[in-house]
Amino acid sequence: MTVEGLTKIIDCSALTMPDPEAEVTGAYIGDLLSWVMGRASEGDAWITIMSNVNTVAVATLTGVSCIILAEGVTLDDEVLSTAKNKGVNVLSTVMSAYDCAVALNGVLR
Amino acid sequence: MSEELIFRFNVDGDDFTSAGQASVQVKKNLRQLGIDAETIRRVSVAMYEGEINMVIHAGGGVAEVRVTDEYIEIVLDDHGPGIKNIEEAMKAGFSTAPDTIRSLGFGAGMGLPNMKRYTDEMHITSTVGVGTKIVMRVNI
Ligand SMILES: Nc1ncnc2c1ncn2[C@@H]1O[C@H](COP(=O)(O)OP(=O)(O)OP(=O)(O)O)[C@@H](O)[C@H]1O
Ligand SMILES: [Mg+2]
Repeated sequence: MTVEGLTKIIDCSALTMPDPEAEVTGAYIGDLLSWVMGRASEGDAWITIMSNVNTVAVATLTGVSCIILAEGVTLDDEVLSTAKNKGVNVLSTVMSAYDCAVALNGVLR
Repeated sequence: MSEELIFRFNVDGDDFTSAGQASVQVKKNLRQLGIDAETIRRVSVAMYEGEINMVIHAGGGVAEVRVTDEYIEIVLDDHGPGIKNIEEAMKAGFSTAPDTIRSLGFGAGMGLPNMKRYTDEMHITSTVGVGTKIVMRVNI
């Protein structure tokens, strides 16, 4: 499933989607950056409520397919343009991290 | 590649908006060199954690990455406050990060353990009041 495909199936909106064809291969939930850095796998959708420029750097370095901001969290414009420039997909959903993961599970399995 | 390559970065100590940029650049460079994905991942994690630590805990420093046929070496050198008890600092969960830093998502106390876990060799030398030097190697 591509990130773009995902946005059409689960209840979320793309804040920026510079790499719509990125393949979503799994998911990781976490807000503490060192945990995400050490544990998220390439291709994962990273579900978090942490939204600052460091989130974008961690997404770049781990190679996650997208960041999904849960609980209706959004990004400010400056961070959003950084994400866009770095090719990092950022989605936002009103779902909780749990509900988002459940929805992803239905799509990925 | 028969020659050794060296990348050098000044890591700014009070700029959180660019923190991690040296690591992002190194990842790009290693990709261009055709290094395999798993090695790049290990170097990226170790370098990012070290780079961020220099920004958060040491007011910045210098990062150097050497690429040879056998390994990639990351050297992080700062003139920060130093680490009093290295053994304690290495423990998962140990952190002295202040609340302002924690609110950005740092401070889990997992940076140094990640660096250890993702590298083949890691050496820390630190003197309180003088600075910290960390040398890590990832074998290719
Ligand atoms: N370059 C450094 N200079 C001085 N102290 C350091 C340095 N690097 C690490 N430390 C000390 O070691 C502790 C543990 O570092 P570690 O990277 O494991 O966790 P952290 O940076 O506090 O949190 P995290 O990396 O999970 O965001 C730090 O809280 C700090 O006290
Ligand atoms: Mg750290």
